[in-house]
Amino acid sequence: MAEIVLDKVTKRYPDGALAVSEVDIRIADGEFVILVGPSGCGKSTTLNMIAGLEDITEGELRIDGERVNERAPKDRDIAMVFQSYALYPHMSVRENMAFPLRLAKVDKETVRQKVEEAARILDLTQHLDRKPGNLSGGQRQRVAMGRAIVRDPKAFLMDEPLSNLDAKLRVQMRTSVAKLQKRLGTTTVYVTHDQTEAMTLGDRVVVMRGGLVQQIGSPQSLYEQPANLFVAGFIGSPSMNFLPATLADGHLHTPLGDFPLTDRVRRLAETANAPRELIMGLRPEHFEDAGLLDDAEKARGGTFTASVDVLESMGSDKYAYFTVEGETATSAELEELAAESGSTEMTDNGSQVVTRLSAASGARIGSDLTVWFDPDKIHLFDPQDGRTLTYSS
Amino acid sequence: MSEAVDTPRAAVKGASDGKKAERRLAFWLCAPAALVMLAVTGYPIIYSIWLSLQRYDLRFPSQHEFVGLDNYITVLTNSYWWTAFGVTAFITIVSVVIELVLGMALALIMHRTLVARGLIRTVALIPYGIVTVVAAFSWRYAWDANTGYLSQLFDPDGAPLTQRASALTIIIAAEVWKTVPFMALLLMAGLALVPEDLLKAASMDGATAWQRFTKVMLPVMKPAILVALLFRTLDAFRVFDNIFVLTSGAQETGSVSMQTYNNLIKGLNLGIGSTMSVLIFLAVALIAFIFVKVFGAAAPGNSDNGRR
Ligand SMILES: Nc1ncnc2c1ncn2[C@@H]1O[C@H](COP(=O)(O)OP(=O)(O)OP(=O)(O)O)[C@@H](O)[C@H]1O
Ligand SMILES: [Mg+2]
Repeated sequence: MAEIVLDKVTKRYPDGALAVSEVDIRIADGEFVILVGPSGCGKSTTLNMIAGLEDITEGELRIDGERVNERAPKDRDIAMVFQSYALYPHMSVRENMAFPLRLAKVDKETVRQKVEEAARILDLTQHLDRKPGNLSGGQRQRVAMGRAIVRDPKAFLMDEPLSNLDAKLRVQMRTSVAKLQKRLGTTTVYVTHDQTEAMTLGDRVVVMRGGLVQQIGSPQSLYEQPANLFVAGFIGSPSMNFLPATLADGHLHTPLGDFPLTDRVRRLAETANAPRELIMGLRPEHFEDAGLLDDAEKARGGTFTASVDVLESMGSDKYAYFTVEGETATSAELEELAAESGSTEMTDNGSQVVTRLSAASGARIGSDLTVWFDPDKIHLFDPQDGRTLTYSS
Repeated sequence: MSEAVDTPRAAVKGASDGKKAERRLAFWLCAPAALVMLAVTGYPIIYSIWLSLQRYDLRFPSQHEFVGLDNYITVLTNSYWWTAFGVTAFITIVSVVIELVLGMALALIMHRTLVARGLIRTVALIPYGIVTVVAAFSWRYAWDANTGYLSQLFDPDGAPLTQRASALTIIIAAEVWKTVPFMALLLMAGLALVPEDLLKAASMDGATAWQRFTKVMLPVMKPAILVALLFRTLDAFRVFDNIFVLTSGAQETGSVSMQTYNNLIKGLNLGIGSTMSVLIFLAVALIAFIFVKVFGAAAPGNSDNGRR
């Protein structure tokens, strides 16, 4: 078990590509930290640098206070689980799991005990003598986990360990990985590009983009107080709605209508020196069908009326999609997010708004609905650099 | 198809109807090639077996008669044959082992190298691109007692090609020089089969570079190694060109192929020559059999179904 510190760690590949730039992360002993971000943002590179599989160009990596930049992977006492599982095809499950112990010259009896213990935890006992090639995807994944846990390393590194599993198995394995980590209490760094996985698994989440750390925090704090447009759009599903807004005399002009800023938001915006042109963000759950609210509540927020484009009933809630007229919010971050999610819904004549309404809502596709939203929950962002204007972290 | 399910046998039969037609088509498609193969390889084999059962020396045509296995007894009790057999086995084993080691080293270098990859591969392949006889002559001139630059360098006073030990060494060196590139190429194809992640995983598991090589890389590429060894062993066992050019088999450096050539072409003894050919054929078949059955080398083109 160990504390891992990345101190201004930078990676430049021989071909000149800057993959990771000045990453500062302090991972406490026993902590479960998730690296998340879109494809190519440098998650695997960061993980491989911790593992020792990639050299660190600049900066320092410390494990338990000791500089380990120059140490070979085998001398760092860290175990890794690969996306491809990387099981040795010529060895049985038992031999695969025993391999790190045999290399460490552990005596036979102890090896047997540890492998059987790990197999019991991972429910692999009846497969010990089979070859990896004959196992299902989930079983292979567990063997890979087993190989990591048998030797009780200082830390686990996992690079998208669940992304080769089907959706249902992925959810199952997600819980068992979390349980296993809690049970062993081993420091873990976990890479994923799936924000749901990041939100559900980790103690802390590191959001990366283009080799830079965007924000580090607990899943809840990332969700409630995103530091910039990118984090706001990346975390949460369905993601936050973004609309262009103009700020004048304490009022906000938006495609959803004009409304005054609440005191809290105004104070924050003033401290942050908000410009006139802004991007407003509002999460789907901060909308409600106006017909379900009493007048007092309705008066506290703003309303708009639009026709329902798409309605998804989830049983407990309804997701209603609207198109609101007017300009759309534009910024580099938003374009990248749109490219990442593969959404091409950049409608020409307005922006899409996703709302989460109570199941009792009478919304119907094609018909108009008046929707209420909570102006105290809005986020404001600077369209130039994407920073938040409404939360000071 | 509805009734085809009531017994497993019927199901198999029903399902295989289409397969049968397919197999028949395959048979017809292969037939021309198979016929040509039979004509050009099957016929000579059978004919030489037939010849090997006769006393048939073109210098004494009148003594031509069927003698059963007499020729085999003559050859197998002859010390020249066994000397040649020993020389062949020696050359085969030593050169294949050296080729494997050097070929593996070369393959690793070519696989790992990042700069000028194409150039290195091309350069490494040059010896294999030269016709064996031509290469053998260049070796012969290099080791010529009077004018060869290599013999001047290593043994200015002697004549290396006229001493048995040094001549065999040179023959093996020529063989190795010529076929290491081929070995390296086959092994490099095997190296490409070892996933990068597997080696990374091994180094995370605490393996040194040598352990990664012996415990992960070699076992995973074992099928490719066996195929390479099989090809090379079969080739090396029939060694002829280099010996013919370098020593003509003098000082007991002749291989079984040299012996066969001497009897069949030079001696015009069709019976004994054919017997030797048949014996070489049997030895080669035995080597292939051992490789496939004992070491489990997959026949080329037959993928190991344990893995993807
Ligand atoms: N060996 C390499 N040589 C040069 N550039 C590389 C190399 N490996 C990765 N890169 C670059 O570094 C950046 C980060 O790559 P990395 O593999 O860390 O991304 P990632 O966040 O793990 O993405 P993914 O989710 O797709 O796995 C990418 O832009 C990639 O093109
Ligand atoms: Mg990656």
